[in-house]
Amino acid sequence: MATLADPTQRSAVIVEIGGLPIRFRSDDPSFRRLIEKRYAGYVSASGEASFDFKIELAPPGIESGDEDLSVRWDSGRWLMERGDFRAEFNPSTACGRIEQSINPYSFDSVLRIVHTLLLARRGGFLLHASSAIRNGRAFLFSGVSGAGKTTMARLAPPDAALLTDEISYVTRPDGQYFAVGTPFFGELARVGENLRAPIECVYLLAKGLENKIEPIARAEAVRGLLGNILFFARDAEFVKLVFDAAFEFVSRVPVRRLTFVPDARIWELVV
Amino acid sequence: MIEKRYVARSPAIAARGLGNETMVMSASSSTLFTLDEVATVIWEAADGATTIEEIVTKKVCEHYDITPEVALKDAEILVEELAEHGLLLLSEEPIPQSSISPMVSP
Repeated sequence: MATLADPTQRSAVIVEIGGLPIRFRSDDPSFRRLIEKRYAGYVSASGEASFDFKIELAPPGIESGDEDLSVRWDSGRWLMERGDFRAEFNPSTACGRIEQSINPYSFDSVLRIVHTLLLARRGGFLLHASSAIRNGRAFLFSGVSGAGKTTMARLAPPDAALLTDEISYVTRPDGQYFAVGTPFFGELARVGENLRAPIECVYLLAKGLENKIEPIARAEAVRGLLGNILFFARDAEFVKLVFDAAFEFVSRVPVRRLTFVPDARIWELVV
Repeated sequence: MIEKRYVARSPAIAARGLGNETMVMSASSSTLFTLDEVATVIWEAADGATTIEEIVTKKVCEHYDITPEVALKDAEILVEELAEHGLLLLSEEPIPQSSISPMVSP
């Protein structure tokens, strides 16, 4: 992968998730330290990055993150806007710009959006799912808020490496699907381990009175997957990429329904 | 009397066949639709050059045990709904090929 020149490394932090190193440049040392601390385990010291973003910090305060998010393609670049940030990314130059307050949540949101955009071109996606590696294979537990993603992460046995309790990162580097650790966390408030493994199975979560795994039809698997893939861009080409990625994934990786009682015995069933 | 109308798949969609069904996603709203077997027949025939009435007569009534009146009424409801969501284009004139989404193999 091509890397970008590094004229200002000392005023930048490189965050590498899923093998995609992104340099974030900021003149504010306290914000750089905040990023380094928040994304510990994903900060690269190599100095090489594939993408470059300049962060302009605005005074904290009045803008809200509750406003609707807009992600759109305009004149050769992605424009991302919400009440608390404005960002743009030009895939041709691999460069972008973020205007935000010092709020780390704004930065985290932009980071997630940028990764959805980058992954779409690579056949991957971010999925509302917890995930863990056990015996060299990755298992994903997908569902909406309240479905049990964090519960499955909490119940994971000691020998399981937790990749995330909230947003799973699915890549397809050489035609095979991998789950990769992410710093994106939910209720567990714990950064996932920076590891990767081939995906063994995706479980669509349902809470019930007994533990059981059921096969599901491909159409239902696609629906379940598309319902939980993060994609913010309302762009025809982008939607097609995500749609095709979901179909491709379902044709290669088992997707099953997992009904579970929230106790540790469920892990005996899934792995 | 129902007006003569041409119907075409919108280019602003993503679609794939799965067995006898078709899954269609709107690019503007990301809403996902699943078309059943008969709806899939209509979807696949929506080439912009064929009217709804012709699709019903040649593609639906010839293969399914349904009267033309009922089939046409059901087809009208379906295409109206899909058009409302931006998945189909409706016109009183033939719709150019350049405006139509190509069929994608399953």
